[in-house]
Amino acid sequence: MTSSSEGTFFLTGKDFVKAGTASGSLKRVLEDMGVPSAVVRRAAIAAFEAEMNTIIYAVAGIMHYYVTAEMIKVVIQDMGQGIENIELAMTEGYSTAPDYIREMGFGSGMGLPNIKKNVDKFMLSSVSGEGTTLEFIINLEKT
Amino acid sequence: MDILGAEMLSNNDDGKIVVENVYCADLMSNVLSYSITNSLLITNLTNAQVVRTADVADIKAIVFCRGKKPELGTIMLAERKTIPLLVTGLSMFEACGRLYENGLRSDKDTGRQ
Repeated sequence: MTSSSEGTFFLTGKDFVKAGTASGSLKRVLEDMGVPSAVVRRAAIAAFEAEMNTIIYAVAGIMHYYVTAEMIKVVIQDMGQGIENIELAMTEGYSTAPDYIREMGFGSGMGLPNIKKNVDKFMLSSVSGEGTTLEFIINLEKT
Repeated sequence: MDILGAEMLSNNDDGKIVVENVYCADLMSNVLSYSITNSLLITNLTNAQVVRTADVADIKAIVFCRGKKPELGTIMLAERKTIPLLVTGLSMFEACGRLYENGLRSDKDTGRQ
């Protein structure tokens, strides 16, 4: 596996045409680095869910990834409405997504729990009315 | 393809798709949460997000039901991601039933989800 890599993607709120491209690119980076495919899938799914949250709820955001021999770390930071009640947002099935988002197949309240399920370390902080920062780490050593 | 009477929409493969499992959903969130790698995805949704979801979830191919064809942008994206798209005239229930009858499952160990 190539030793390390880092990079940043910019996310634009409500841009559903491009939604998912950052996670897709991150997936290719990890594949090219030789990360095991099961781990790549976990990282791509977590990143995709987080990216969709930014596209759905925020004005804009950035996704920064950092990969070493030990771990994959992804930080997604957005400027948006923020999350009022994180505990509630983490509940499976709880969602504030509008109907047009649900019609696209998203917003069923599974995103945040699914990110947590796929990663080894999960941190979520938010200021209501300002934005949200989500950070996750997937360990590479034990796989 | 014969089981579903499906038509291939993207031309990026040789007409052979080998899948181990099948997952069926209109909720992309469920695909991301529960599908397993190398599955065939059966869905009624035809937007580009289906292809992006399939890409991150390692979905091998996508079947659209009831003859619903996606727009050109979705097809082009699928070709770039080398994910074959198929369309069947069957309903979702019928499509799933026929594949189940032919031995396919959503999860090879337990058949759950």
